Amino acid sequence: MAESQPTAAPQKDERVREMSSLRKALIRPELGAICGTILVFVFFLSIASDSGMFAPEGIFNWGTVSAQFAIIAVGACLLMIAGEFDLSVGSMIGFSGIIIALMSVQWGFPTWFSILVAFALALAIGALNGYLVVKTGLPSFIVTLAFLYILRGLTIFIAIATTRKTIIGGVKDAAEGDPIAWLFGGKVFNWLFVWLADLGVVGKFVAGPKAGQPVVEGIPMLMIWALILIIFGHFLLTRTKFGNWIFASGGDAQAARYVGVPVNRVKISMFMFTAFCATIFATCQVMEFGSAAADRGLLKEFEAIISVVIGGALLTGGYGSVIGAALGALIFGVVQQGLFFAGVESSLFRVFLGVILLLAVILNTYIRRMITGER
Amino acid sequence: MSDALIELVDIQKHFGPVIALNGVTVSVKAGECHCLLGDNGAGKSTFIKTMSGVHKPTHGKIRIEGREVNFESPRDAMNAGIATVYQDLAMIPLMSVTRNFWMGREPEKRIGPLKFFDFTRANQVTMSEMAKMGIHLRSPDQAVGTLSGGERQTVAISRAVYFGAKVLILDEPTSALGVRQTSNVLATIDKVRKKGIGVVFITHNVRHAMAVGDRFTVLNRGKTLGTAERGNIQAEELQELMAGGQELAQLEGSLGGTV
Repeated sequence: MAESQPTAAPQKDERVREMSSLRKALIRPELGAICGTILVFVFFLSIASDSGMFAPEGIFNWGTVSAQFAIIAVGACLLMIAGEFDLSVGSMIGFSGIIIALMSVQWGFPTWFSILVAFALALAIGALNGYLVVKTGLPSFIVTLAFLYILRGLTIFIAIATTRKTIIGGVKDAAEGDPIAWLFGGKVFNWLFVWLADLGVVGKFVAGPKAGQPVVEGIPMLMIWALILIIFGHFLLTRTKFGNWIFASGGDAQAARYVGVPVNRVKISMFMFTAFCATIFATCQVMEFGSAAADRGLLKEFEAIISVVIGGALLTGGYGSVIGAALGALIFGVVQQGLFFAGVESSLFRVFLGVILLLAVILNTYIRRMITGER
Repeated sequence: MSDALIELVDIQKHFGPVIALNGVTVSVKAGECHCLLGDNGAGKSTFIKTMSGVHKPTHGKIRIEGREVNFESPRDAMNAGIATVYQDLAMIPLMSVTRNFWMGREPEKRIGPLKFFDFTRANQVTMSEMAKMGIHLRSPDQAVGTLSGGERQTVAISRAVYFGAKVLILDEPTSALGVRQTSNVLATIDKVRKKGIGVVFITHNVRHAMAVGDRFTVLNRGKTLGTAERGNIQAEELQELMAGGQELAQLEGSLGGTV
């Protein structure tokens, strides 16, 4: 047999072209999203730079919207890489918000307890979603579509049955002085912006009750949560054993099982993580607005999936990047708010979004084929 | 037969009214390549699944190094040193070679309270293990999808060897490969055998079996038709036993011995 091959000196296969290190550094799952981000920023810098979009208030405006998308996109991204979908994210946002408002305002529980209950219920529903998908072998598309309707209907029913309204307000008063509510609704680093305002980098209010204060009060906790989740998701996926199991479960569940990867456990925990992200989103929103509404989070599941797909993840699982999904969320937020700043007719937003989605997916498909050798 | 790594005696497997295996006896010695031949539907797949713990036999005994064992799951078989490389389920093409190689057994390093996948060590071991099998990767983070079919089989085989397999079951590793890739895989089998690992090579290609086999067992309609040593049997005889009848012999005449 072919025993004569020298193993000491690595021989080169003449059919494999040498890749330059630049090309190697560029060809990565996030490349499509990076190009998209650059394109979108160049576009808005050229058409909307004098609209205040890139002034501090403007940055926080689209930054907050992007952070909202990013929070749910991180969950959707890891779940999609593990090979499953969750279409109940939007309904979960409405459900968690109503639970918090109902318990803290209507039933007088402390806000921190209401928030913990909302998280516990969301994790349980996420686990149920996952359990049903894993045990029945049904596509997660169908199982979570059912929960999209079940949760939304249940949310509206609970709200109307207890308060005769679909909007529950007064959460801000109930959360006054609460030990953990500020984690979701507050703003941090106020001192930094006071300092920047004194330097003249950030504007100050000139009139009204807030006169003299900086126009940007601080960094919203929503953004901090988005950053924490992105960093956590990225490290979990690319640097840990569990991350390898996520890729394996989505890439080929049977092959992964044969080598001892606990595929069911991985999938169920990713459903739970998605529900967790949705509840973070819901809690931040409730604390920000001071109210919960039964119709909150409508279509958020698709916005999360769009961000993830723009970010280079494969719809069928096994491939993707959290950084890409976060950039997808950034593109989404910048486009949505940027068209507003540019004074473009708002109906054109969807046209724009559809075009970006299509371009990103085409580009991502080419990049993925280069990396994985798919035909 | 006392020097056998694994012995399967009179294995029967029934799926309801269907008798998939009806008395199969095979043993594998250290450092030998035992070829299991059989036509489609002969029960090869059922038999290797029984051997690797996926199915529990309805009747019969499995002995490892003389000790009788009962596999409850593939995990049990793996822990007993039985590794199986499935034809198309061996590797996940979207993932890198390193990620595939360590899948399910990722090495970790501790940084403070957190544990991380130790890529430095994982990449190093992957590269050197692959080099031992004669495959030189461009980089350990290249996706398995960029490798050829033969190289993928080799990654799977070297993974099993690295993780201490005593018995390596190869499910039709050459059936989808070209001539050159087949010879690479056969060369790999030879290397593995020289390490003292018992190889079970499942195939329906007599020529591939004759190239590396030490012993040959033919399965037909769920039964073993006996085991032959290398040198005591001709390719034509094996072919005939697999076909289990006269038709092929006649066919062979008209095809001029090309099948």
